[in-house]
Order: sequence, then C-alpha cells, then structure tokens
Amino acid sequence: MTLFARLLCVVLLLALAACAAPMPPAGANDPFEAANRAQFDANLRLMGGGDSAPRPSPLRRRVINLGDTLGLPSTIANDVLQLRPHHAVENALRLAINATIGLGGLFDPASRVGVHGRRSDFGETLHRWGIEEGAYLVLPLVGPSNQRDALGMAVDLAIDPLRFVLPSRDYGWSLALRGAGRVASAVENADLLDANVIATADPYAQARLLYQQTRRYHLGIASEDDVIDPYADF
Amino acid sequence: MPISDPTRRIFLTGLAATLALPAQALTQSDARALIDRVMGEVQGIINSGASESRMIRQFEDLFARLADVTAISRSVLGPPARSASAGQLSAFATAFRGYMARKYGRQFRRFAGAQAEVTGAREVQSFWEVISTMTLRGEAPFEVRWHVSDRSGQILFFNLIIEGVNLLAAERQEIGTMLERRGGNIDRMIADLQQAG
Repeated sequence: MTLFARLLCVVLLLALAACAAPMPPAGANDPFEAANRAQFDANLRLMGGGDSAPRPSPLRRRVINLGDTLGLPSTIANDVLQLRPHHAVENALRLAINATIGLGGLFDPASRVGVHGRRSDFGETLHRWGIEEGAYLVLPLVGPSNQRDALGMAVDLAIDPLRFVLPSRDYGWSLALRGAGRVASAVENADLLDANVIATADPYAQARLLYQQTRRYHLGIASEDDVIDPYADF
Repeated sequence: MPISDPTRRIFLTGLAATLALPAQALTQSDARALIDRVMGEVQGIINSGASESRMIRQFEDLFARLADVTAISRSVLGPPARSASAGQLSAFATAFRGYMARKYGRQFRRFAGAQAEVTGAREVQSFWEVISTMTLRGEAPFEVRWHVSDRSGQILFFNLIIEGVNLLAAERQEIGTMLERRGGNIDRMIADLQQAG
C-alpha cells in the first residue's frame, strides 16, 4: 500500500468514527430496565415519605453549603482536566471565599457576590473527551445515572484532591458531609420531586427522562431531534 | 359549473395562495412580546398572595388565553389523537388545561419574587424559541425557553423548557402511560386526568 493509500484509509476511518460519535439516541437507552426499576423502588422506599414542600431550615442550609464547599476541589480538578481555566478560576474563587468568609463553608457569601460556580465531575470530563453516556443506570442511594457518569463517580472518588490533603479519617468525614449535603438538598426540593416524579403515572420513566434532560442540558448537549413541533404532526 | 370557468379558476387560485401563505410571518418581536406578557402575568399571579386555588384558576385562565392548548393537548396525546373524536379532543384539551394549571401553577410559586427577563430569541424549524432568564435572590440564574407559534392563527406559546426539562416531552410520557394503563380508553383517561396534578 502506498503512503497515500494508507493516509486515505486513516482519514476515512476517522471520518467514520466521527459519524458514529455523539448524538444521543432519541429514545431511552435502557437495556437494564428491570434491574434499574428494582433499584429505583428500593431507593424510593429508603427516602420514605416527606412529599410536601418543607419549610426553609437554616440548619439544612448549612449542611448544603458545607457539602457544596467540600465538593469544590474535585470540581476544580475536573475543570483543569477539561481545559476550562475560566471555570477552574471561578470555582477556586468560590472555594476561597466560602472557606474563609463563609466560615469553612457553613455560609455561602460567594453566591451573594455572584460567584455561583459551576459543578462538574469526571463524567463530564469523559464527555469532553468524547465518551458517550452509554446505558441508563439507577445506582444504590445515588439514583439516576448512566454508564459514563457512574464510571466518572468512581474516578472522582479516586482522584479527589481532598483525599491527598486530609488524613484518611477526616477524608471519610468529608465524604459523609458531602452525602449529607446531597440529602439535604433533596429534602429542600422534595416538592419538585413529588410533583414531577413521585405523583406521576410512571415515576421511573419520568425520573429517567428528567435525569437525561437535565444532564444533557448541563453538559451542553442540544439535539434538534429533541425539538417537539406539534404543528408538524397535523 | 365547469372548473375551466375563468372567474372560478381565478378564485380557486387565489384561495390556494391564501391558504399556502400565512397572512404575515411571526416576527421575533411578536414572540418576545408574548413571553414578556406571559412572564408579567405569571409574576402578577404568584406575587399576589392569593390562595392556592385562586392562583390555579388564574393560571388556567392564562393558559386558555396565551397558550395553544389545542396544539399542546393533541401533541401530548400523540398518535391516539388521530382516531379520537372531536368531542374527545375538546374534552381532553379542557381536562389537560386544568391539570397543567394545577401541576405547574403550584410549581411556579417557587419563582415568587424572581426577576425574569427575555434575554434572546432564535428561530427553530417553523417557530420561535424565546429565551428568558430567571434570577432568584442569592441563587444562580436559570434559563426558561418558550416555544411560540402563530400557526393557530394567534400568537401563542406551546412549550416551555426549564433548564433543559421539556414540558411537552414529560407530558407525552405521562399521558402515554395513563392511556396505556387504561387499555387506550381515552374517556377513562380524561376522567382520571381531571383528578390528577
């Protein structure tokens, strides 16, 4: 094979790979639906009742803020891996403000001055590297995810900068606090979850749709296929 | 009268042209003006301090005037809309309008005190997407996208997408499941929808 022919092959292969890449499928990619449904029901039972809008609680706010602050080093590491210096800088600024003026993360003065930050994780890093989301998964306790984001969570645990800074005992506590922050924010949004998931005819299907839509939105994946034009139907 | 009759032919050609072309294309400023008005009215309702049941009635009235409930309800019904009778379609539209007001009106109350402004618009396929930003004090701003069309003969919105969450997609799933669970019986689904949300 001449050099030119070999080059042509490489170019064609790359083009094929590019065609096969991103573009999420229109329907739900859910080959493990039976197992996912069982896990979804188990998670719901664990959450118990509490379906009405809770009153704002200062204690709950502190837990949410603390969990948020403890998650920032991991977010910043992923911003760097994604080559997004502006996100890394904003999140670092948020960490600096809330860890100091915010009394170690209990308060959120950063948001008051407009430094809201932007969450990220290794699932997003994988997306930026061209990895597709794969099959939908419902994880124990964590809830809706997919193959890419589940792998991302495992990697995040391994590469969390706090793991290398804190003594292992304290790192364990930081993980527990982040988990508590997630629970507290779920309680805060219990009314939304109730109206849009729990109270629907098929909570599992609605949770799946909600996760896929919000996740793709966060990652900036927009597909014209998702556009619904009711006037085209009739 | 034969079709070759000149006056009749001219009349038919004229009629065809009128049907094929909308009288006037929907402009970006029309679409933005509608959403400004919708958001203004929503703010008025949620900041009025009225009782929940009163707010829900006001939302239902808002949907009836400013949303294309006919198109929305046909779309969420999906293929079964084609075999449904005119009476069923109109009963479903009425039931769905009330359901939307109960389900989403309640959730709109979260936006009380929010600052809402139209920040952009773009043409998507045959309609306009108006982009608005909502800011609640001390929280990160979030985006609500509104889909606006004049295909009904009036300028109305037919979908909203809150941070990527698409109302029509969620309700297609919901109504699809409800129909399936009732063996495709539209009348039973309508009766149950009147209690839902």
